Amino acid sequence: MSITTTGRAIGRAVDRIEGPQKVTGTARYAYEHETEYPLYLYPVQSEIARGRVARIDARSAEALPGVVIVITHENAPQLADTHDKELAVLQSDEVAFRGQYVGAVVAESFEVARHAARLVSVVYDEESHDVGLRADRVDLYAPDQLNAGFETDTAEGDVDGALSSAAVTLDETYTTPMEHNNPMEPHTTVAVWDEGDLTLYDSTQGVHTVRRTVARIFGLERDRVRVVAPHVGGGFGSKGLPHANTILTTLAAQMIEGRPIKFALTRQQMFSGVGYRTPTIQRIRLGADEEGRLTAISHDVIELSAKIKEFAEQTASATRTMYATENRRTTHRLAALDLPVPSWMRAPGEAPGMYALEVAMDEMAERCDLDPIEFRTRNEPEVDAETGLPYSSRNLIACLREGAERFGWEGRDPTPRARRDGRWLIGTGVAAAMYPVYRMPGTRARVRSLGEGRYAVEIGAVDIGTGTWTALTQIAADALGVGIGAIELRIGDTNLPSASVAGGSSGITVWGSTIFEAARLFRERHGEDPSEGDTVEAGTPDNPETENYSMSAFGAYFAEARVDEDTGEVRVPRMTGVFAVGQVINAQTARSQFIGGMTMGLGMALHEESLVDERFGHVVNHDFAEYHIPTNADVGEIDVAWIDEEDPHVNPMGSKGIGEIGIVGSPAAVANAVYHATGVRVRDLPITPDKLLR
Amino acid sequence: MKPYRYQRARDIPGAISALAEEPNATFLAGGTNLVDLLKLGVMEPEVLVDVRRLTSDSVEELPDGGVRIGAAVTNSNLAADRTIRSRYPVLSEALLSGASGQLRNLATTGGNLLQHTRCVYWQDTTTPCNKREPGSGCSALEGHNKNHAILGASEHCVATHPSDMAVAMTALDAFVVVQGRNGEHRIPIEELHRLPGDEPWRDTTLEHGELITAVDLPLLDLAANSKYRKVRERASYAFALVSVAAALDVGEDGTVRDVRLALGGVAHKPWRATKAEEALRGEPINKANLRAAADIELEDAELLRDNAFKVPLARNVIVRTLLDLAEGR
Ligand SMILES: Cc1cc2nc3c(=O)[nH]c(=O)nc-3n(C[C@H](O)[C@H](O)[C@H](O)COP(=O)(O)OP(=O)(O)OC[C@H]3O[C@@H](n4cnc5c(N)ncnc54)[C@H](O)[C@@H]3O)c2cc1C
Ligand code: SF4
Repeated sequence: MSITTTGRAIGRAVDRIEGPQKVTGTARYAYEHETEYPLYLYPVQSEIARGRVARIDARSAEALPGVVIVITHENAPQLADTHDKELAVLQSDEVAFRGQYVGAVVAESFEVARHAARLVSVVYDEESHDVGLRADRVDLYAPDQLNAGFETDTAEGDVDGALSSAAVTLDETYTTPMEHNNPMEPHTTVAVWDEGDLTLYDSTQGVHTVRRTVARIFGLERDRVRVVAPHVGGGFGSKGLPHANTILTTLAAQMIEGRPIKFALTRQQMFSGVGYRTPTIQRIRLGADEEGRLTAISHDVIELSAKIKEFAEQTASATRTMYATENRRTTHRLAALDLPVPSWMRAPGEAPGMYALEVAMDEMAERCDLDPIEFRTRNEPEVDAETGLPYSSRNLIACLREGAERFGWEGRDPTPRARRDGRWLIGTGVAAAMYPVYRMPGTRARVRSLGEGRYAVEIGAVDIGTGTWTALTQIAADALGVGIGAIELRIGDTNLPSASVAGGSSGITVWGSTIFEAARLFRERHGEDPSEGDTVEAGTPDNPETENYSMSAFGAYFAEARVDEDTGEVRVPRMTGVFAVGQVINAQTARSQFIGGMTMGLGMALHEESLVDERFGHVVNHDFAEYHIPTNADVGEIDVAWIDEEDPHVNPMGSKGIGEIGIVGSPAAVANAVYHATGVRVRDLPITPDKLLR
Repeated sequence: MKPYRYQRARDIPGAISALAEEPNATFLAGGTNLVDLLKLGVMEPEVLVDVRRLTSDSVEELPDGGVRIGAAVTNSNLAADRTIRSRYPVLSEALLSGASGQLRNLATTGGNLLQHTRCVYWQDTTTPCNKREPGSGCSALEGHNKNHAILGASEHCVATHPSDMAVAMTALDAFVVVQGRNGEHRIPIEELHRLPGDEPWRDTTLEHGELITAVDLPLLDLAANSKYRKVRERASYAFALVSVAAALDVGEDGTVRDVRLALGGVAHKPWRATKAEEALRGEPINKANLRAAADIELEDAELLRDNAFKVPLARNVIVRTLLDLAEGR
């Protein structure tokens, strides 16, 4: 680890502070916290997609040595708040989706619990279910609003008129499949009740979010609930909101006071009930004039939600600001189905929405006979069309230019199927992307002098593997004007000041701004030479600039695809990503985020797809042998760079979020490269060999 | 996972009689397939008889010029074996295209041959499956069946056999050495795995308690010019959509002197493409003839909702693999 005591820490490639702990296996993940005499929980999951539990016979499970209790809706305690149907675990006999928890076995060992769960016999009154997402459903509806407060529909100008008079038009439908976030560490909760105090070791993206939810659902005072998560093995959004597994574990612990309960999901269980990316059906219509200027953009999205709880993803939100046009329309329609509740998955909305828009832009560039970079350049907006505000910084064109340079785009022959190497058809593709700078409320940070020039910086943020431990230490060091060795960062615990969720790429913006504010106040009150114990706590300051500017990160993505013409196999030997994300906090962990995001985008383009069997209502390819993500052999060279972008408006660090932007444009870049290689335009992800074989 | 008894037999007869005494007992080798199935509750044996140390773990040359592969030889060791690599490269390539390095280090020759289908419905005890629960129905028939069979299936089961190694061995005319209560016998590998017919729960022709002790590869000169080509949905660590194992001998005059061809991913067993082989023997090696031969082999293909692509895919891969062999690639 490189520790210096002087100089600016922000921007440097600092080794992960928790790295040694992780590689020596001493970093504790949720399941690994030491507890005394723990019990193990294994759920009983519904085998129908809709109906009621008619009868449960748990006698043979209960008779098994080692089984402590079988919990069902018949003996489960009533929860204080059952408003949220996703979290109203075991509160009734109703079954709302296949895989829902209808019971749980708690036993002395994981193996006994798992075996006993299979012995619980459940008889159902089955009702017919409905899990098929189709564009021609008559019951599609417009939600009141979309996630993150976005409007359901927008309209400006005369889209139909502009389309009918456009020199060049496009009208195509793009689909993206259901996908499941599969962090390395599956969702895990360890619940310990101790005389009315509850401690949860939870694999979560937000300890305070879990505390708030659990306190509400169990009717507890918040200060009686402590949630601890020093290290989390990935989340990708699926741990952003608490799911039924956390409630189930807590409920079991409540019933068996004095014994901690552990519940870690199996990989198969990750495919029911901890969130997924909604599939989408997206119709895009574009019109352009002779010069290749967009005269109309229309983006109509159909996606799914669950009957038990609405989830309305903001799929076309980026289309509202990405390119300039006078006539624009976006709509979102939902089908409420008998499925688990969708949730966030890395760049929810932006990733599938930009995929469709950026493939459409590629198709349109071809129809306008323009290079796709030139086409985008001609449609670069002056201001954010949605708000009318100027951008605090928008360097998409710079990213495209820099990327073109690094990738070797110039001189590209746009003709599809024009390059080959033996039986490999070779193509290149480009795509652009944006990701908004989200801000979330509810964060506080505390700075305390430890004496001798050292400081404790406390904030209930969570490091989900992204490098938060290190980045916040760097930020704290600069905020206090000391070296990173002088900072003792404390995160991942509700005993620390409250922090917003590690989601929406908002962590550094929010937590960093708050740490800066606390440091400023600390220096103001206690000066440069504080006494040991001097402490200041502060909340996130308002940023008045959000009224004056639209704030987003941008990126440009390039991919080379090689497609075996005999088999339709796709290989992507190289990708380039260039990002405009303001000030990068840690060059090393940021690089990992971009590479990881682009790789996940590669998987979205070529591999990931949850297959729901409509007859049964569940995902049938629910393991890593059948649900494919890229292997090392699929990932070629990934060249990542960012441009120097100074954004004085966005926050004190000048940084925009980087956790999600990496995935947003990469699927379209790959898809466009595959088209360029083969001349076959596959609009339905993932692009698997069967779709390319003709 | 249902509790089971774990037993380690002293010798082969001991293992065989252990199974004879217990109808719900099964052999355990590397465990890379079986243990997963135990966890999923797909297989629930009362007794596991560990046979890893009972059979040979070496590859020996036979007096007739062939080789004998002990059932306990790991997939990694077999793939790396010098004799195999020089005389039967198709087998080494097939093994290396399967699973992952870690899995191949554990997986054995016997276990690989007898690994079970990856049909998702078979592996999910909450869905009907004739193979797992005779008479309950076949969920794949009208479900997600991209990975399912196009040849030799039945209305009762459309599963495929997932092994890559077995496809190569099928092209090589291997014999499987089996020991049962009545002694040892050798069966052609083509007769080991079954087509599903109306008894899809029977994967092989082995009787309960019969142990595979070795696999014999006969002397086969043309095998030195052999190749395995596997098509899958990602570059590594995925089962075959379609695979082809081929060995080819082309005469001076450019006609096919002899050929061996087997397909994976298309049927309930490794599919020996005898019709295509026959069509090719004596014919000039060119694209048109290869295509025609492939078409003959695939003409009986029966397609399901999601797997029609396997016909052009298999045809293309047959043509490409044999052309590559003919051109010394
Ligand atoms: C994620 C994953 C990916 C994989 N990918 C591939 C792939 O791409 N290609 C491929 O070919 N394989 C693949 N495999 C399968 C792997 O090759 C098999 O699991 C392995 O070969 C089985 O060997 P084993 O020794 O572990 O068998 P075990 O799991 O021990 O046994 C398998 C079966 O064989 C029986 N058995 C074992 N030995 C004998 C014997 N001597 N006589 C009689 N019966 C016996 C057992 O009773 C059991 O029913 C994959 C497996 C996994 C888990
Ligand atoms: S294909 Fe065979 S294994 Fe699969 S569900 Fe049908 S019967 Fe079962």
